[in-house]
Amino acid sequence: MANKLKEPLIHISRRSVLPWYQSWGIRAGAVILSLGVCALVTMLTTGENPFSVFGAIYDASFSTQRRTWVLFQNIAMLLSVSLAVVPAFRMRFWNLGGEGQMLAGGLASTACMICLRDVLPNAVLIPVIVVCSIAAGAIWGMIPALFKAKWGTNETLFTLMMNYIAIQLVSFFIIVWEMPKGAGQIGIINQNTEIGWLPAIGGQKYLLNIIVVAVLTAAMYVYMNYSKQGYEISVVGESVRTARYVGIKVERVIVRTMIISGALCGLTGMLLVSGTDHTLTTTITGGRGFTAVLVAWMAKFNPVWMILTSFLLVFLDKGAGDITTKFGLNRSFSDILTGIILFFIIGSEFFINYRISFRHSAKKGETDHV
Amino acid sequence: MFDFLLTFIPRAIVQGIPLLYGSTGETLTEKSGNLNLGIPGIMYVGAISGVIGSFFYESSLPSPEAFSGFLAVLITLCATLLGSLLMGLLYCFLTVTLRANQNVTGLAMTTFGVGFGNFFGGSLIKLSGNNMPYLALTNTSMAFRAPMPGANTTGWFGSLFLSYGFLAYLAVILSLIAAFVLKKTRIGLHLRAVGENPATADAAGINVARYKYAATCIGSMIAGLGGLYYVMDYASGIWSNNAFGDRGWLAIALVIFTIWRPNLGILSSFLFGGLYILHMYIPTGMDLTVKELYKMAPYVVTIIVLIISSIRNRRENQPPASLGLSYFREER
Repeated sequence: MANKLKEPLIHISRRSVLPWYQSWGIRAGAVILSLGVCALVTMLTTGENPFSVFGAIYDASFSTQRRTWVLFQNIAMLLSVSLAVVPAFRMRFWNLGGEGQMLAGGLASTACMICLRDVLPNAVLIPVIVVCSIAAGAIWGMIPALFKAKWGTNETLFTLMMNYIAIQLVSFFIIVWEMPKGAGQIGIINQNTEIGWLPAIGGQKYLLNIIVVAVLTAAMYVYMNYSKQGYEISVVGESVRTARYVGIKVERVIVRTMIISGALCGLTGMLLVSGTDHTLTTTITGGRGFTAVLVAWMAKFNPVWMILTSFLLVFLDKGAGDITTKFGLNRSFSDILTGIILFFIIGSEFFINYRISFRHSAKKGETDHV
Repeated sequence: MFDFLLTFIPRAIVQGIPLLYGSTGETLTEKSGNLNLGIPGIMYVGAISGVIGSFFYESSLPSPEAFSGFLAVLITLCATLLGSLLMGLLYCFLTVTLRANQNVTGLAMTTFGVGFGNFFGGSLIKLSGNNMPYLALTNTSMAFRAPMPGANTTGWFGSLFLSYGFLAYLAVILSLIAAFVLKKTRIGLHLRAVGENPATADAAGINVARYKYAATCIGSMIAGLGGLYYVMDYASGIWSNNAFGDRGWLAIALVIFTIWRPNLGILSSFLFGGLYILHMYIPTGMDLTVKELYKMAPYVVTIIVLIISSIRNRRENQPPASLGLSYFREER
């Protein structure tokens, strides 16, 4: 009777934790595999050999000094938003509202730059800008958190909707402040006076942003791993019931964490507006609020690994962008390549978490029983 | 006033139909416990697949007289269904078979799908060889937009109820069928069980993976039709990149708004469609700025519904209990 039982060909079981070099080995394998597929796709669409394609990707980031600066600026901005969403994600609070929180911060700093430029001297204005934009982002992040804490309102969908409200708010104010009237855009704010612009250290306008984000990365690493609040966040994320049992005020942790998350997004928005772009558009965030989710998740919410994952995404995006102009393709080609790489990395998690054994090994186990 | 409604309501309805497709598809998907945030991408892929199909059909014709509306519709529909089915399968493979995180997979699919749509859209525009930044498939679109018989002869009744292409009626029918299946049939009961508590469903002998695959793939195909409707009917067969906009996210919002009931989706989607174009009809005089604020309406309304349904906390109005979680039998 026993040998009549149908035995599945594949048996899947959960793995105990893999050593870090093995799990990152699997992820690296997935990236290499996905690059192979990307090369194939690029070959089919451009007819170019893959090595010259990869050469072009490398050149896009490192061929000139300016390009390298832009690369690091983009990494810094993506990393900054990713850092912002990490505490929320560790708490299993799906903050998909990075876009909106960034826009809120950017909007606040624009408002300060325009409305207070004749009132305050520059040395006072810049701290005001920083505080206002952080507060704006924090409020934008706090609203969904309050409802989540009090009534358990679904945060994924709430934060998602808040993005579009922020976008409409920004486009409203763009028309209010448009320069010149009827242009539909704000243009460079305070172009002649440079009031409210963050200082360019050593003549490099991106350097300050990069330093700020580097400090933030270290701070977030310490906060998540060595502070009491960081520990509370992990407990709430693992099990709300356990957290209640040990006396953690879950509601307070949720609201506090989202204030931090929103504040950092607001700061990023400020860095974009006051630091580099000196203008406000509805697309200034460049979808980073969504990409940040992927960056943070790929690095298992570890701030140090996130440097690597954000580098990977920005590097590929720039490279793919360059290929598209070089071969006369459409700019969206880079989204396709990014998507392919992400699918491979997402899929590779399975092989880190689960062991697959085939039928013959299962049979061996059965004879042992008899 | 009556004349105003007569122009406003049909326009709200054609705005609402893509949302109705998207939300019916997403409701089915979510009932199986899969939170598919890739819907915006899937709708793009559905739209561009249909456009590709119809483009190659139109350009393969020896002369414009050889054009057959029936064949054009058939090819376009098949291309759309195939494209969105593939996206649904990809999502299922990653989240059900490989048990990946659903939010991350969905966002990656949206990135991929929107990129896919714009890339192939851009390439086709180039292939078509004109200098416009869009692609016009007027013949196929005419076949899709043919109104019901009697639309022009029955006065206001005709323009309110009969003036739409067949895809609009299909959307309503599909959502009624989805509501019926979910509520009244054994398959629907099983599907809801899978979404609420897959372990219990599994113990009762329901094949969890098969239900998740089926619901998500059918849901994706329905959502893909929404993209197709937008291009072929609403936009009169004109594809231009990014024109579809954020309607995919609005469709996801609509799922919450209808508290996971496809039959409520019909009127709600028309309401959303109305809210979406409300800013064009509000008399604001010369002040254009306020219009930007009116565009917030659908999102604000969604948030309010989300909050109210969570405050009232009635059990039948809640999301499926295992929404967003992967199921692994050996993990209890």
